Amino acid sequence: MLHELTSDQDMLRDTTARFLSDRVPLSKMRKDRDHPAGFDPAYWTSGAELGWTMLLVSEEDGGGSVSGNGAADLALIAYEFGKHAAPGPLVDCNVVASALSGQTGDLQSAVLQGLLSGADIATSCLGAAPWMQSGSESISIRRDGDDLVIDGTVLPVESAAQASYLLVTGMSEGGMTQVLVPANAEGVTIKPLKAIDVTRRFGKVSFAGVRAPASALVGAFGGADAEVARQIQVAAVILSAESVGAMDAAFDMTVDWAFNRYTFGRALASYQALKHRFADMKSWLEASHAISDAAAEAVGKGDGSAAELASAAKSYIGVQGVELAQDCVQMHGGIGVTYEHDLHFFLRRVTLDALLYGTPADHKRLIAAMQINQEMAA
Amino acid sequence: MSDEIESVEDFRTRARAWIKANLGPVQGWDLSQHCEDDDEEREAVARDRALQRKLFDAGFAGICFPKEYGGQGLTPDHNRAFNEELAGHEYASRFAVPTFSPCASTLLEFGTAEQKAAHLPAILKGDEVWVQLLSEPGGGSDVAGITTGAVRNDKGDWILNGSKVWTSRAWWADWGLILVRTNWDVPKHTGMSVFIMPLHQPGVEIHRIERLNGESEACQEFFTDVRIPDSDRMGEVDAGWTIGQRWMYHERLGHNSPYVCHPIGQRKAGGPAEPSTVALARRSGRIDDPAARELIGEHRALGIVTQQLSHRIASAAASGKGNTDMSSIDRVFRGVASARRATIAFELAGATASVWDEDEEGATEAVGMNFLMRQVGSIGGGTTEISRNVVAERVLGMPRETSGDKGVAFRDIQRGPKRG
Repeated sequence: MLHELTSDQDMLRDTTARFLSDRVPLSKMRKDRDHPAGFDPAYWTSGAELGWTMLLVSEEDGGGSVSGNGAADLALIAYEFGKHAAPGPLVDCNVVASALSGQTGDLQSAVLQGLLSGADIATSCLGAAPWMQSGSESISIRRDGDDLVIDGTVLPVESAAQASYLLVTGMSEGGMTQVLVPANAEGVTIKPLKAIDVTRRFGKVSFAGVRAPASALVGAFGGADAEVARQIQVAAVILSAESVGAMDAAFDMTVDWAFNRYTFGRALASYQALKHRFADMKSWLEASHAISDAAAEAVGKGDGSAAELASAAKSYIGVQGVELAQDCVQMHGGIGVTYEHDLHFFLRRVTLDALLYGTPADHKRLIAAMQINQEMAA
Repeated sequence: MSDEIESVEDFRTRARAWIKANLGPVQGWDLSQHCEDDDEEREAVARDRALQRKLFDAGFAGICFPKEYGGQGLTPDHNRAFNEELAGHEYASRFAVPTFSPCASTLLEFGTAEQKAAHLPAILKGDEVWVQLLSEPGGGSDVAGITTGAVRNDKGDWILNGSKVWTSRAWWADWGLILVRTNWDVPKHTGMSVFIMPLHQPGVEIHRIERLNGESEACQEFFTDVRIPDSDRMGEVDAGWTIGQRWMYHERLGHNSPYVCHPIGQRKAGGPAEPSTVALARRSGRIDDPAARELIGEHRALGIVTQQLSHRIASAAASGKGNTDMSSIDRVFRGVASARRATIAFELAGATASVWDEDEEGATEAVGMNFLMRQVGSIGGGTTEISRNVVAERVLGMPRETSGDKGVAFRDIQRGPKRG
């Protein structure tokens, strides 16, 4: 997390932190594992009132940031989500809100207003992405007269069964297309799935000849590549900050354990073999904070370095966050893999976040492509 | 008023004009301190001395050093502006570290008025290159465990015996800052003193250490009854550790010290230039292999993360939220990340990393050699193991290891296995 927060930013973060501690303590999360949505609608609308979905939306559209850099502000919320292993589609609602900000069209405006108030959930069905090999995209979108026709299947889609709208990304002739579709449209099938993170809900979404009017387009037909790339940067910022929060929680818990657990008459924290592993973990943790903050700052400003920093954050934290959480399990011993202990919530969170919106390997290849392009241009 | 300080922007404009008019383009032997042979290195050293003199004559040497010692009496911001303007130009690269930091910085902080007057102007004029005589063959990371000793004779002079090691480029340097043991009857941290000494004098023998990649910039010095006048003692007798801690602080600052003249925004000094990972993958025909691309991306990401971590730790220190021990986190990370990056380059080069054609431009020699020398980044300047101890004990507050030297007179500390 940033060293220097403005007082407004600190209030934003602190309000969410207190709200999450109060409304979704781990004791509740532990019991709610079979709750179909993972949270109550009132939780989400209260969160929206705290600003969870407005930070990437322009003031003209009813949003606004607190610091002038919405991504940096949102990263503070995401950090607290990770630290509390909080439920809810923070990533997808913000990705869709940021996609719809500045868009004209009645449908787009209505969905955006629903997201801002927290009354509606909209989620992203990423059936095409820059790291996918050409031809391996899972969703196609074609024109048929004035209509668009969507075919294909995508998973995992967060809060698919709770969403009222889907922002579908698919491949068209000439490039990617994004279309906003009601979740109950004809031809849409949503199958809830089991997920490794018990606090979050996912589904598989299938489109069988789903028709949408051209007015449902977000951006140009076949011309959404740059916008999709930007949305992925936004997602990378949120997921990275969330993972850093979860890493902090897991690490703090494990340091406490090392001081309090005695073996052979000494605290675990006194063994050099373990101290060195804690030192390594601390270095990964600080590095993750550093790259997460830098990515949020750059993406919020729309800097030229944003894409590279976002992918560096997503790939570094995606690997090292999971390694840190697994090392925390190892330091705990057997109790670290019990459902009764809190640690697994954070292990689940960093593991899941590493896989959404591009795996670490996907993002490393994106960075490589950027570097190859740079060296060809030079 | 005559003592009013020139604004940073005015200074920058003046510096830029002078640099453009007087300094040529940056040289290969500036970017890496690598020279083909000793003759070339002597040439580079002579060039550096002349450049330093040029800076002095133009009023740009020692920007943060006081005017009374030949400096400019300006601020770290002025120094930074000069260093930014210097990027892309030749500069006295062999003066930066360790002459300016830690040696001249420590001299400025702890030297007597006579010592400062005798040496700081000489350094700023390019007449004296300094080295630090700290590590010893008997112990690397345990700096305070030194056994090179000085004993006072009846004339009040000090007689030095022992050996120092890993001294970069001592074979052509002029003066040294040395930490020695002056009292064996007290615990180790309370029996050391600091002296300054000419390197080329009776009783000093300098050997060069060849590293496995063939270069031999590091030296070992052997001291036999070397006489040091008491006027060359720095600080109180037996209070050397106080100076030593600041000395090591200046050493950690290295090229980032406000006392150092070194271009900002230019590749750091290192070994021979290394081809990019993209070039390596092309050469081995793997540029379209997804696995190779993952390695290229990881290499780049680790470089970016390393930079961002340093920036985070430096700004935490500047804002007072971090402590100086946090720099050990940076040290561990850099060591581990640089080893991983050397390994990635090596993997991308494939079998071509094992051999090279001396006549070929951009050959892969550096990749194989950098891989063999990979651990240097985790050893030099104190091992990553020591830094891990610092992180665990002083950042996370974990208990210290039991040690055999606490509160024990230095002569009674065990220094080898018990025999018989």
